[in-house]
Amino acid sequence: MPSEIRTEAFDPWQETQQYQQNHLTNGKYGATASFVGTMRDFNQGDDVTSMTLEHYPGMTESYLNKICDEAKARWDLLDCLIVHRVGEIFPNDPIVLTVVWSAHRKESFEACRYLMEELKSRAPFWKKEGLSEGHRWVDKNTPG
Amino acid sequence: MSITVKFFARLREQVGKGDASLDTADNVQSAWDQATDGMSMPSNTLCAINMEYVDAQANVNDGDEVAFFPPVTGGSHAQ
Repeated sequence: MPSEIRTEAFDPWQETQQYQQNHLTNGKYGATASFVGTMRDFNQGDDVTSMTLEHYPGMTESYLNKICDEAKARWDLLDCLIVHRVGEIFPNDPIVLTVVWSAHRKESFEACRYLMEELKSRAPFWKKEGLSEGHRWVDKNTPG
Repeated sequence: MSITVKFFARLREQVGKGDASLDTADNVQSAWDQATDGMSMPSNTLCAINMEYVDAQANVNDGDEVAFFPPVTGGSHAQ
């Protein structure tokens, strides 16, 4: 499957390299575009010390795969990959990785952005920030 | 058979439970009403039947899993 939910910290560069070795054919891809979302230690003027990411097991994976399939149908891609964290995370931890491989750069740039924007608006994930005093749910995403 | 109802994130905390089981429900709104004892549904609530997005008027069938959750906020660190 081109998408995975992780409960432990992951290294986006290692994931990219490993997936590429296992699923792509050398010499066929000319463009690899990737996006890594990393946790900040600030939001809305407050220090954020941790964050808990919740998902809907089953539906989340299904939507991530659906979004990958849509991207493959819309652009001429060789493959794509989405890795997303859940559970408790801390500043500087990677939250999400999206990678797209294609023969030419235009397709991978556009599709990589598509994966991220669709994921943010449709895949069931929710964030709760840990602040120095208590917690708060994140209600909306920043504009892309 | 019965209908399984699930609540996620902020809604789970507001409703005070993550799961409920119903004998029957005509549609998604009625599943909400029964499972929450008549709490009003926040206007931005997202609904799903068997893990596909639907609106609150969608019909519910025996054996369905109906889920309610707030707007999604995945991906990189959000506002």
